[in-house]
Amino acid sequence: MSDYRIQGATGEWEVVIGLEVHAQVTSNAKLFSGSATAFGAEPNSQVSLIDAAMPGMLPVPNMECIRQAVRTGIAIGAQINKWSRFDRKNYFYADLPQGYQISQLYHPIVGEGEIEITLDEKNPETSKKVIGVERIHVEQDAGKLMHDQHPTMSYVDLNRSGVALMEIVSRPDMRSPAEAGAYLSKLRSILRYVGSCDGNMDQGSMRADVNVSVRRPGDEFGTRTETKNVNSVRFVMAVVESEAKRQVALIEDGGKVVQETRLYDPDRNETRSMRSKEDAHDYRYFPDPDLLPLVLDDAFVEEARASLPELPDAKRARYEGALGLTAYAAGVLTAEVDTARWFEALLAATATAQNKPEGEVAKQASNWLLSEFFGALNKLGKDLASSPITPEGAGQLLALVGNGTISGSIAKQVLEKMLETGDDAATIVEREGLKQTSDTGAIEAAVATIMANNADKVEQYKAGKEALFGFFVGQTMKAMAGKANPQIVNELVKKALA
Amino acid sequence: MTNLTDLTLTGIRDGVAGGDFTATEVAGAFNAAVAEAQEALNAFIVTTPEAALAAAAKVDADRAAGKPLGKLAGVPIGMKDLFATKGVQTTAASKILEGFKPEYESTVSQKLWDAGAGLLGKLNLDQFAMGSSNESSAYGKVTSPWRRPNDTSALAPGGSSGGSSAAVAARIVPAATGTDTGGSIRQPAAFTGISGIKPTYGRCSRWGIVAFASSLDQAGPMAHTVQDCAVMLEAMAGFDAKDATSLDLPVPNWEAALSGDLKGKKVGIPREYRLEGLNAEVAKSWDDGIAWLKDAGAEVVDISLPHSKYALATYYIIAPAEASSNLARYDGVRYGLRDLPDGANLQEMYAATRAAGFGDEVKRRILIGTYVLSAGFYDAYYTQAQKVRTLIARDFEEAFKQVDVILAPTAPTSAFALGEKTNPLDMYLGDVFSVPASLAGLPAMSVPAGLDSQGLPLGLQIIGRPFDEQGVLNAGLAIEQRAGFSAKPTKWW
Amino acid sequence: MSVDTATVAKIASLARIKVTPGDLEAMVPKLNGILAWVEQLGEVDVTGVEPMTAVIPNTLRLREDITNADPLTGGGIRDAVLANAPAAEHGFFGVPKVIE
Repeated sequence: MSDYRIQGATGEWEVVIGLEVHAQVTSNAKLFSGSATAFGAEPNSQVSLIDAAMPGMLPVPNMECIRQAVRTGIAIGAQINKWSRFDRKNYFYADLPQGYQISQLYHPIVGEGEIEITLDEKNPETSKKVIGVERIHVEQDAGKLMHDQHPTMSYVDLNRSGVALMEIVSRPDMRSPAEAGAYLSKLRSILRYVGSCDGNMDQGSMRADVNVSVRRPGDEFGTRTETKNVNSVRFVMAVVESEAKRQVALIEDGGKVVQETRLYDPDRNETRSMRSKEDAHDYRYFPDPDLLPLVLDDAFVEEARASLPELPDAKRARYEGALGLTAYAAGVLTAEVDTARWFEALLAATATAQNKPEGEVAKQASNWLLSEFFGALNKLGKDLASSPITPEGAGQLLALVGNGTISGSIAKQVLEKMLETGDDAATIVEREGLKQTSDTGAIEAAVATIMANNADKVEQYKAGKEALFGFFVGQTMKAMAGKANPQIVNELVKKALA
Repeated sequence: MTNLTDLTLTGIRDGVAGGDFTATEVAGAFNAAVAEAQEALNAFIVTTPEAALAAAAKVDADRAAGKPLGKLAGVPIGMKDLFATKGVQTTAASKILEGFKPEYESTVSQKLWDAGAGLLGKLNLDQFAMGSSNESSAYGKVTSPWRRPNDTSALAPGGSSGGSSAAVAARIVPAATGTDTGGSIRQPAAFTGISGIKPTYGRCSRWGIVAFASSLDQAGPMAHTVQDCAVMLEAMAGFDAKDATSLDLPVPNWEAALSGDLKGKKVGIPREYRLEGLNAEVAKSWDDGIAWLKDAGAEVVDISLPHSKYALATYYIIAPAEASSNLARYDGVRYGLRDLPDGANLQEMYAATRAAGFGDEVKRRILIGTYVLSAGFYDAYYTQAQKVRTLIARDFEEAFKQVDVILAPTAPTSAFALGEKTNPLDMYLGDVFSVPASLAGLPAMSVPAGLDSQGLPLGLQIIGRPFDEQGVLNAGLAIEQRAGFSAKPTKWW
Repeated sequence: MSVDTATVAKIASLARIKVTPGDLEAMVPKLNGILAWVEQLGEVDVTGVEPMTAVIPNTLRLREDITNADPLTGGGIRDAVLANAPAAEHGFFGVPKVIE
């Protein structure tokens, strides 16, 4: 359905993309040892004898890592393989103490699943696409090399060595940078909902190997290249674009795409070949004889299933259905688990403060959050996580609007003061005298003055220019310093114009 | 007073417990014997007389204080230099680990110390346990204490646990640990006239033992008698959460249940082991064994293990494949030898280090293993071998529906001379009888059966059902009681 | 299947073992002897036979997600980890500079 095309000198080209995403599994301890996984520790302080591959050391798998992979698999509707195995991938590198990575080639723990992406949040129904996931397997991360600390040596830090990763392999189902970006964002969203990966790409918790090839629309797949370790959604999209263009230019110049590993250079926005790693890879995979087959029973899988929270697609459907939100609002509110959590706390607080069912205040809460609060936070350079206002505090503010104590426009002022002072909404309204008035006499007097001062507009209105109604309401509200009950203003303006 | 070094393990244990002599006296006697024999036999890579004395002193103090004593209280032992020993050099007989002092203790050696044993030293072996003669050690060959009559040529103590077998046979240690991947406990035991048992795969933790072939490696005891083996195996065995292949089963009291009465038991004689051209003396000792077991009350049954003739070829694919990967960690980065030629990059450092650190046989097996796992050959070699391995294990399963234990020779010949076998394949063929049980993970032991016409020991092998070490030990005991093997090498060192 | 010196050189390179031309000459016949002998496995009919996965029927046991419960399997032991290193500086292992 994507009509993304590269315009070459000889015509149009279609790009084909598959992603292999490495996601660090959220766990206390490493996949096969008891050392910690925390980010940013002193070098080699989170290294066990096992991670350092001392002679005679043996791996014993961490149940939580297995469970997280199973939960992730269930979350993307994938087949869970109750019989899987770990294999060794053999190669020599300084960040790989064992001389092999324990991974799963032949029998991964999670089989086929899928992820639905939405390309345009404003038109979700017409821009959905399903991307296939071929498999998820569990494997060890490698350590880290530092090249700039010593003139002739590289330094090796094994803190990451042995940390559990999930490798999530997509089908080559994506056809544009936007689809690749949407897939990665959606995957990250699901992982965060599930709690199986923190999704922090800047800390390396999630990184993507981007497989790109080009072809004439409808032709067979072309030869692909794999750009390794791309660590942001934006960069993944940039890699797809630059790599596809490079391949098109290459082919149109009479060249051939070589199946190879490449690296992305964000400063130059281009990929380059990693010749150093091209040394005839032959990983000699074979089942790890230190580890028996991993057999999961039904209870294990069912516990994993039962432990899953409501996932983004289900939540989005519920927001649209039961809460009556627009598709757009539901999409934005559910895209990140932190937003959804904040919204749901706000919704609960708003409903409680007004003693109404959530369904009745959902639109109020959603509109306020999306159109008022995000903007206000943005101005302060903050987000929900660093918000000085709690969902409960915000719920009280919305209740003041809901029960007519203040108007919507006054609520904006109150919000600003709340962000400024940290005081709660009721205190501010009281202190600043912002309660709206329902004093009919005062409003009637104001309306009368405005009618008198704008006799020409009254004439025009009566002659049929009904759009002027809003002008009279606005002027009245202005005269009342915004504190008049808008409903009463409406009624009295109507009466005066009758 | 008895010569302390002539005592069995159980004799020492009982004598120390009963106050006939002290553990310190025992340790002193063996320390002296070790020192005296070291130059001639080269059984040890490192000796640790202080460690033996310290362990003995603790046992003596505990006894004086009336504290309960461990299963091996007062017994000094030799430790195959494949077990990591904290603070004591652990080399796997390879240059690549020269000077390596582990910061940890292997599970099995820790259990032995906890049982009251003491360390006499680290015993020589074939490099990375790859070999059947102890000639591949980087720290010199081990010479068997046995000699042919009127012949001073040096004989092989067997391998890979050749330091262990030589030391026990020479009575410079009362018992030693061994490891068995394709016969490395049983064959050296047979060559030197001692007993040794490889338990069911998973009985002894592999944690802290330098790995050769993970799916085959098992630790076990080597000692003078079946009873000694039972006692020592009890101390070595047991569940270890650090080894994912460890068996979560209680350790039976094998010593208490020892019985040479085999009434009601069936012993299988695998017809395929009667190879064409089988050494006549080996065949005769096998027949003796059959007669002894019948005498012990067992019924003898002819059985078939049709795929056993493929066991060696299967083994020599699987073991090198696993080894090629297990030995990848010796790269000069975190421990052991580093060979960094001028201007070498990382990958060149690896290649230089591994070329300088590994011996020829180790290199050969790494290359074979790398080849059989490489792209295009994996299925033809490795997968095929693992399928044949399934068939070999199935043969045993079928056989054990009919019989309780299987009797066979341990090795096709008695000890050969050092330097006699120059073709690796000839050496491999010596494992023909021991490898099938290894591939199937079964408990198997060798006990001395007698001497051949050259005056050299021959061993008989008993193979049992998974977890049935008791059945193996009992059949071993029945043979021991009837073979009356009392020959010792004449001391020449 | 048999190997020639080029193949053995390639395997040795994969296994990161430096070999001289002389080593190669010596290795080729020995390796071929072994390979020719293991060829016999090809004659075994393995139709419908699964490759061995565990010699003793047993399945993989999993560990609880606890850090540093046992010094033998946990971290926080940097000195022990670096104790035998041929080159260790500032808490790191040192290797010849790698140019990526």
